[in-house]
Formats: sequence, structure tokens, C-alpha cells
Amino acid sequence: MSDTKSAQRPRPLSPHIGVYRWGPHMLASIVHRATGSALAVGTLVLTWWLVAAASGEDAYATFTAFIGSPIGRIILFGLTLALFQHLLSGLRHLYLDTGAGYEIRGNRRMAAATFILSPILTLVVWAYGYGLI
Amino acid sequence: MTLRSPLSKARGLGSAKSGTHHWWMQRVTAIANIPLGAWFVVSVLGLIGAEHDVVVAWIAQPLTAILLILFIANIFYHLRLGLQVFIEDYIHAEGTKIAALLGVTFASIALATACIFSVLKISFGG
Repeated sequence: MSDTKSAQRPRPLSPHIGVYRWGPHMLASIVHRATGSALAVGTLVLTWWLVAAASGEDAYATFTAFIGSPIGRIILFGLTLALFQHLLSGLRHLYLDTGAGYEIRGNRRMAAATFILSPILTLVVWAYGYGLI
Repeated sequence: MTLRSPLSKARGLGSAKSGTHHWWMQRVTAIANIPLGAWFVVSVLGLIGAEHDVVVAWIAQPLTAILLILFIANIFYHLRLGLQVFIEDYIHAEGTKIAALLGVTFASIALATACIFSVLKISFGG
């Protein structure tokens, strides 16, 4: 192992974000963490809603004024999208936990499906919220 | 040859002394989140634009209060487990990591308590 040829050969790298080839399957895994973290922060909205409801009409009016404002609606829209994405990629992870779905084509398709379905579900929910459907 | 003692093998808990408990509870709460989350989203859709008294009357119903408390306990348990893994994977400085883990634990329990107390206060008559 002391000859210079093998010493100069590039050593195998463990998977790292900079050298990984991006695909829907790895993106789904990373997005699952990102959306989970976003939803964790989003529980502040849930807490504010419940505490405001318990505190009385004035506190509740402050909450609805915020959540009905453009910024509040953007946050709520983002949380809806994060919720559906986390739900769908979570279902994917539960399926993978059974030992199924590791065939590369099916695995990629399943991951891609989460990215197609979560915006659709989000738009359906918001269309319903705005009385469009 | 193995250096593990027969007792350690029988317990099967590994070096963290908790075995698969963390992993398993993350799955248990994930599965419970599916029906609870679906119920919550559908319920909130029905409350869009509702006044304070309507929302309070909805929370005060026993079935709503019970499902809300189950949902709250479940999501905060689940996010506590998830954020723990997130912190352990990405924060490598020992002091910062332990501070972050403590912060997440305290914050999730405090927020869950605030949520559950609010539901109980409303359902026990405000």
C-alpha cells in the first residue's frame, strides 16, 4: 500500500451533500426534516390560537387580526403545505419501514408523488377555505 | 468472539440503554397523527371566519376537547422526538447540543401544557 499510485488515487467519499447526485428520493428525505422542523415552529400558532380562545374575546380578536393579515395567511399557507408534505413523505417513510419500496424506480416515483400531491391537497384545502369549491 | 455479556445480549438495549424505544415511539405518534391530524384539518376548515363564541363552543364539546388534547399531546411528543434527532445530527458542539436538547424539551412541554390548559379551561366553563 506504500506505492505512490494508490496513495494518489482519489479515496472513496462517504455520501455528502456536495457530492451527492440529487434525486426526488433524497430530496423527499431532506424535505421531510425541513417540513417537520417548520411544523414544530408552527405549533406556536396553534398555541396562540388556543390560549387566545381561552383568554377571551379581545385576545382572540388580536389573534384573528394577525392570522387574517397577508403575513398571517402566508404563514398559514406555508404550514398547510408543510403539513401535507410531511404527512405524505411520512407515509412514504412508514411504508419504507416495513422493508418495502426500496426498488430504485418505485422509490423515486413514490418520492416524486409526494411533491405532486402535497401542493394539490394544499390548493384544495385553500380553495375550500376561500369558498371556491 | 463477542465481548458482550450474556445479560447485555438478553436485554438487547445497546449502548444508549434505550433500545429501539425512541424510533418506535416516533412511529407510534406518527401513525396516531394521521387520523388526529385529518380530523383537526377538517375541523379547522369548518371554523374559518368563526367568531370567538362559536370557536369556544366548539372546543367546549367533550368529544372536541378529548380529541384536541390527544392531538396536542401526540404532536408535541412527536416533534420532541423529531427535533432531538435533528439536533443530534446537526449540532456537534457538546455544550450547544445539550442546551438545544434541553430547550426543545422544556419548550415542547411548556407549549403542550399551555394548549391543554386552554382546552380544559374552555371546556370546564371558561
